[in-house]
Parts: sequence; C-alpha cells; structure tokens
Amino acid sequence: MDIVVENLTKKYGAQKAVDNISFKVKTGEILGFLGPNGAGKTTTMKIITTFLTPNDGNALVGNFSIKDDPESIRKNIGYLPENNPLYEDMPVIDYLRFVAELQQIDKSKINDRILEMVNLCGLEGEKHKKINELSKGYKQRVGLAQALIHNPEVLILDEPTSGLDPNQIVEIRELIKKIGREKTVILSSHILAEVEATCDRILIINKGKIVADGTAKELRKQSEGKEILRVKIEDGDKNEIFKALQEVSTVGTVDFIPNEENTFEIQSKPELSSRREIFKLCVDKKWVLTEMSFVETKLEDVFRNLTMN
Amino acid sequence: MKQIWTIAGRELRTFFDSLIAYIMLIAFLGFSGFFTWLYGADVFYVKQASLQSFFSIAYWTLFFFIPALTMRLFAEENRSGTIELLLTKPVTDWQVVVGKFLSTLILILIALALTLPYYITVANLGSIDNGAVWSGYLGLILMSGVYIAIGIFTSSVSNNQIVSYLLALFIGIFFQIIFSMLAGNFSGMIGEVLNYLSVSTHFDSMSRGVIDSKDLVYFLSIIFMGLIMTEANIEKKRL
Repeated sequence: MDIVVENLTKKYGAQKAVDNISFKVKTGEILGFLGPNGAGKTTTMKIITTFLTPNDGNALVGNFSIKDDPESIRKNIGYLPENNPLYEDMPVIDYLRFVAELQQIDKSKINDRILEMVNLCGLEGEKHKKINELSKGYKQRVGLAQALIHNPEVLILDEPTSGLDPNQIVEIRELIKKIGREKTVILSSHILAEVEATCDRILIINKGKIVADGTAKELRKQSEGKEILRVKIEDGDKNEIFKALQEVSTVGTVDFIPNEENTFEIQSKPELSSRREIFKLCVDKKWVLTEMSFVETKLEDVFRNLTMN
Repeated sequence: MKQIWTIAGRELRTFFDSLIAYIMLIAFLGFSGFFTWLYGADVFYVKQASLQSFFSIAYWTLFFFIPALTMRLFAEENRSGTIELLLTKPVTDWQVVVGKFLSTLILILIALALTLPYYITVANLGSIDNGAVWSGYLGLILMSGVYIAIGIFTSSVSNNQIVSYLLALFIGIFFQIIFSMLAGNFSGMIGEVLNYLSVSTHFDSMSRGVIDSKDLVYFLSIIFMGLIMTEANIEKKRL
C-alpha cells in the first residue's frame, strides 16, 4: 500500500506544526522521517494514523482517505506511538489478545498470531509477565508486537529505538528491516545513524516543512560539491602557512583545526581541487606535508545545514 | 458490537485485577447491609417486609462509589497516552465510550445481584411487594447509569483522576439532591423543571413500585446525553 500525503497542514493555535507537506511512500519502501525535536514528525504521523485530523490537506493510505474512511486505514496500519504507551497492568499475552480482538482477527487464528508475534519479537520468556514488570527494551518489543499482530501493510513507527541500549537498537533495527521488506514503513528519528542504517529514503523536515528528500547518498552529494581537505604542514610558522594557503587560487576557506598543531581544514572553491596546488606550495616554501586527506561530508552536517537556519 | 464487548471486557478485567472491583463490592455490600439490617431506619425498625431502607441507602452509596469507578476510565488513558493506541485501532469513538460505560454498568449489576439475598431474606420475613422490589432494582440500575455517564464524561475532561472524581461528584450532587431542594423554593414552571431534573424524584417513585415511561425517558436521555458529550470530548482531542 502506498502512502500519499497531500498539502497537509496542522495548526496548534496560531502555530503551524505541519505546514503544507506533500510526499509519497511506495510499497516496500522504508522512509526515514528526520528532523529536530518539534519539527512536526510526530504530528504528521498522528495524522496519517487518523489520531489527529488535519486543518487542511489529505492523506491516503492505499485507496483510503483519512477523511472518508479512517476505519479502513486503522485496519491496515500498525502504529507504534512515541513513548510507547501500553496498558501497564496487563500481562503481555492478554494485552496482545486484546489488540488482536480489536483488530478483528479470526478467533481461530488469534492464538497462532500471538505466538508468532511472541517469537518474532523475542518475548518468549516474558509473555506471562505484566507489562510494567518489563524492562524498556522488552516494552518496546511489546509495542512492536501489538503494531504487527494483524499483519498490517503499513507500519508507522515513531522513534522506535529511543531509550534502548546499543544491542537492543541493533536488534530492533534488524527486526524493522526484516519486516519492512514487504511493507510500507515510515520511521521517525532524530538519530541520523539510525535512519541511515535502516531506511531506503530520508525525508528531512524542519519547522513543519520538508527541507530535503532523497537517499542518504543523494543528500550527501547535494551538500558536497565542494572539496574539503584536512592538511598537516610542518616545518613552518603556522600563521605564515595559513596566509600562504589562503592565497592559493583554488582555495575557498582555510580553518585551523583546534588543538592540533599545524593542521588545517581547507575548503576548495566549487568544482575545483586544491591538492596539487597545496603540494606545490609546500615544495616552493620547503615545508613538509605530512598529512592530506579528504573530509567526507557527514549526514550530520547536511542535517545541521538544513535545519539550523 | 463485538468491539464494544472487547473494550468492556478489558475494562472489567482491569477492575478485578486491580482489586478496585473487590473493594467496591465489599464496601457496597458492607454499607448497604449495615444500614439495611443493623442500624438506623433498618428493616426491623420499620417493621415492614420491604426493601425501602436498602434502596435509600444504596441510592447514596452508589452515588459516592460510581465516580470512583469511572474516574480512571479516560483520565488514565489520557495521562499514559494509551488513548492514542486505542483510537488508532479500528474502533469508533462511540464504541470506546459505550464499551467503557458497559464495563462499569456490569460491575454495578454484579454488586446489585449480590444483594438479592436481602430480597430473599425479607421475602421470608413477611409478604413483600415483589413488583416494588423489581422496580426499585430497575431504578437503582438506571440511576447508576446516569452517574456512570456523568463520571465517564468528567473522566474524559481531565487527565487527573482526582479531578474527574470530584467533578463527577460536583455535577452529580445537583441531580442527586440540589435540584430537588431548589425545586421547593420555586413555584410554577421553574419548580417543575427542577423537579423533573432531579434523579431523586424519579428514583423515589420507582423504588415505591411505580414505573412510569416518563421516568424511563428521563434516565435514558441523561445517560445518552452523558455519553454523547463524552464522545464529543474525544472528538475534540483529535482537532
């Protein structure tokens, strides 16, 4: 099932939490929803899951519109809300049964489905415990299990790995990847590494607007364009070197790298390379070039560039 | 309909798992039993084979107990955020509201069913007006419905259980006693309206064995109003 979001706007009072957003997610795609806190990720997800109604615009899941047929959408969506709210006083099995019944799974199949979910999410040893006795990681698995129990075609996961330890994060990511092959998944996060590791496509949203859309590679390329070098030059006065570097014709900006002697970060002018020029400069001045390496633009930088202004 | 029972069933299980149900049953049976059999205007003092004394004490105990049962229903879901999970499942808001209403009503029915031995005992003491007993029980069920509906509404207003308990008592006390007190001070139209609004007017006639369609309409419409307002309140959260 595809998800189509059209000109969605949601206001809280005078403030626009989501401002005229449109995007599409195709079946089998895992979309990472990225943005600083308060950017409108959660609100958008709440609208798609029919919990909130938008002020303007529409969202379609498959052929169902959130306006005309919210109940069909709810049947086809598995949703893990932010902070993973659960009925804490219920045992895991009872809770899963309750959700299965609400999802109108055939009575004869409910037990099988519950067992399948328990196995898939690794809840075997915990299934008879009350949810409030579980650790955070296991609670998260219960949250995932309840989202998956009716085998939905669409999964909406709001910060699925927040608060987990590194091992659990890896496990949950693997689980999402495994499940995500046949499903449409939207996953939100403010952790870049996570989105990069799990998602096919990334959507960066800031102040309610989409600021970037593409694969991790594409996003990185967008902001690359300029060559960034890390250079260490010895046997010379650093201020003198700094000045000389600035005068090289292909060099855009030069920065000292703090706490490292005679090391500089050099950004070339667009589409130009300064490697040869720097080498020649060192030969002319009899300085010793001990290090020269590319600095790869990190997704972090892309993210910061896009969301800081 | 199945969805409603699923929700009602879960709520009912929570009542029993959290001991609320047992505490409520024991306290209700204790209070009503004490005043029906042992103290005050009890059965032996009145010297009539009637459950009047039970009905008038149950009228007050239920008034205080019901908000304690309903205060959790939505307030807790709002506080913990589980409301978001519930409302993104394939259920309508109305089904959620009715499911929660029924769960509490069923608990009250259990409590009232456990007082049937009173009826049997009194019936053995003298000739009892069976019609009055059944209409009295029906009155208790309907007035419970009214306070459950009010309690559910106040629970949906807040995410603090104490606030919703007190608010339910505050709204409830008007129906319970204040409307009928005020009715005494007004003559004519206003007096009649206030009198009609009071639960006690309708309950008293039912506990004496008079079932009037006017009373049924009154109880059912207040219950319906309470549930509609709760639904509207949930709808509002989505905006």
